[in-house]
Amino acid sequence: MKITKQQCIEFYKDMLLCRRFEEKVSQLYVQQRFGGFCHLYIGQEALGTGCLNAIRKGKDYVISGYRDHTQPITLGMDPGVVLAELLAKSTGCAQGKGGSMHMFSKSLRYLGGHGIVGGQVPLAAGVGWKIAYEKEDLVILCFIGDAAINQGQFHEALNMCAIWKLPVIVIIENNLYGMGTAISRTCTLSSLADRAKGYNMRQAVIDGRNVLNTYTQMLEIVEETRKTCQPILVEAQTYRLRGHSMSDPGHYRSKEEVENERNNDCLKILENHMISQKIAQSEDIESWEDWAISEVEKAVEFASTSPEPELSDLYSNVLAP
Amino acid sequence: MAILTLRDALNQAMTEEMIRDPKVFLMGEEVGEYNGAYKVSKGMLEKFGPERVVDSPISEAGFAGLGVGAAMVGLRPIIEMMTWNFAIQAFDQIINHAAKMYYMSAGQFSVPMVIRGPHGAARMLGAQHSQCVDHMIVNIPGLIVVSTVIPKDAKGLLKSSIRNNNPVMFLESELLYGYEGEVPDEEYLIPLGKGDIKRKGKDITLVTWNKMLLLSLDVAQKLWETENIDVEIIDLMTIQPIDEDLIFESVRKTHRLLVVEEGWGVASIGCHIVDRVVKECFDDLDAPPERVFNHFVPMPYNKTLEAEVLPTEARVIQSIKNLLYIS
Repeated sequence: MKITKQQCIEFYKDMLLCRRFEEKVSQLYVQQRFGGFCHLYIGQEALGTGCLNAIRKGKDYVISGYRDHTQPITLGMDPGVVLAELLAKSTGCAQGKGGSMHMFSKSLRYLGGHGIVGGQVPLAAGVGWKIAYEKEDLVILCFIGDAAINQGQFHEALNMCAIWKLPVIVIIENNLYGMGTAISRTCTLSSLADRAKGYNMRQAVIDGRNVLNTYTQMLEIVEETRKTCQPILVEAQTYRLRGHSMSDPGHYRSKEEVENERNNDCLKILENHMISQKIAQSEDIESWEDWAISEVEKAVEFASTSPEPELSDLYSNVLAP
Repeated sequence: MAILTLRDALNQAMTEEMIRDPKVFLMGEEVGEYNGAYKVSKGMLEKFGPERVVDSPISEAGFAGLGVGAAMVGLRPIIEMMTWNFAIQAFDQIINHAAKMYYMSAGQFSVPMVIRGPHGAARMLGAQHSQCVDHMIVNIPGLIVVSTVIPKDAKGLLKSSIRNNNPVMFLESELLYGYEGEVPDEEYLIPLGKGDIKRKGKDITLVTWNKMLLLSLDVAQKLWETENIDVEIIDLMTIQPIDEDLIFESVRKTHRLLVVEEGWGVASIGCHIVDRVVKECFDDLDAPPERVFNHFVPMPYNKTLEAEVLPTEARVIQSIKNLLYIS
């Protein structure tokens, strides 16, 4: 599987945009421009970009947990619309009713950011059920955190995916910690993908730090799933460089560990690759940097100047007509 | 008109809707090869095949959630719970997912699904198989809740529920699956959110639903025959949203309100109805509203104790006499 230079550049720009976006989100949160919880994707961009570029965007379905700010951007959502949702504006992707943990887009087939750990896995099974029921040539990607593998609903859903042969790709974003608890303290498996064994399900471990590896491995997994209509449990290894949420002081991991991971930052890995392979020069990197920052500034401008929802919107969308 | 059992009326509703709309499917424990734990889905596997009448593993949260996901992308699942006691396993999916999806996605993803099954006590099933959850789920915005036992009503309401674009919680009764009643031969729907006056009367408004309707009808008949007390009985049928106007109209006529509900009485549906009536019909009331509900204990196994926990004929009669100041 050859990745073209152009693809490489697209991946880099996407990851860079996501990184700068989340840095801005972090800044705005500290400035108390918005409230609630705020879980950043910083450090995990290669995983999102690699996986979401391996599907047919807008056709295949995607569902996720609450670390969901940047996945819609990679799928094609205007960053301004995501930021507007964070700032609780009526122009947000859920009109200010969702918030940080509940990004949605029907047109992108992004079925949400969900706030109950593991609760989205049965939903993904339902989407897989629909794909199989209507014999469609589609798959669903279901992102979960590593700690979700200890939820009962995760197990119930995996079992149903396996017995009914549903085209569901469950991706464990293994950033090693469920909030402040190391996954090694809550799961005896050395490979989390081994959870699939109990369901006689396919499994894979992929590199979630090098986007080129993530993409290549996922492309194969996605097409195999599409072809065979068999579910798979994928463990993608990654690391979040920030806390679980903005209110996390991070005492549960050492400075050395975080520092080591910073040197293994997915953005740097790709940058080094592009320079060494002469895909890009430092001037290119700088110009993309400028582009990403200006995109984020546009998003801030859009979100900041957008109106809040009307009080009269309070009762809309409780029940469907 | 044919005489059908509640079981067969529900079966007809599902069968007709599955013929009408290929996006409707039935999933639950034992719904297929076993023909349903209470035989509600009898014959449906044969008619529609295993793709549309699906035996699930014993994973209530899992298959309820599967229903939510399938509904979000356009299917119309009917999820059968063997009992609503087991649906408590799926409350995360019902409360956190089904009920909230339309709102928190700002109208992008609706959840057109029905979760149905028997509700409340049956006979000597013990504490974990005998409870009412209706008062819990009516307090969740985003859900519609139907609770009904009369075959004709159940059929028309279930068909409406399947066609509704929201998560509809449909509560039946294990003891009354064999209960018979007339059901029209031609197709009909009964609108959700509307109650029905099951007995016209002028002295008291008795509001009830599900199997307490039958107890209430018996008591009303007895009091009419023995003491010339004329009770008007409103069968709510849909308990979220409640047909408040029907209740208010009746209370303005009778000036007296009694709510008979199975289940515990703390923060219950009866509490809510009394609150609404006191607020809206305060000047019409000639007596403080009365409520009859379960004793506040887990359900005991013993038959005599169980009967005492549930609303009894004696307690209903006493409440009616209180309302009429008859000692």
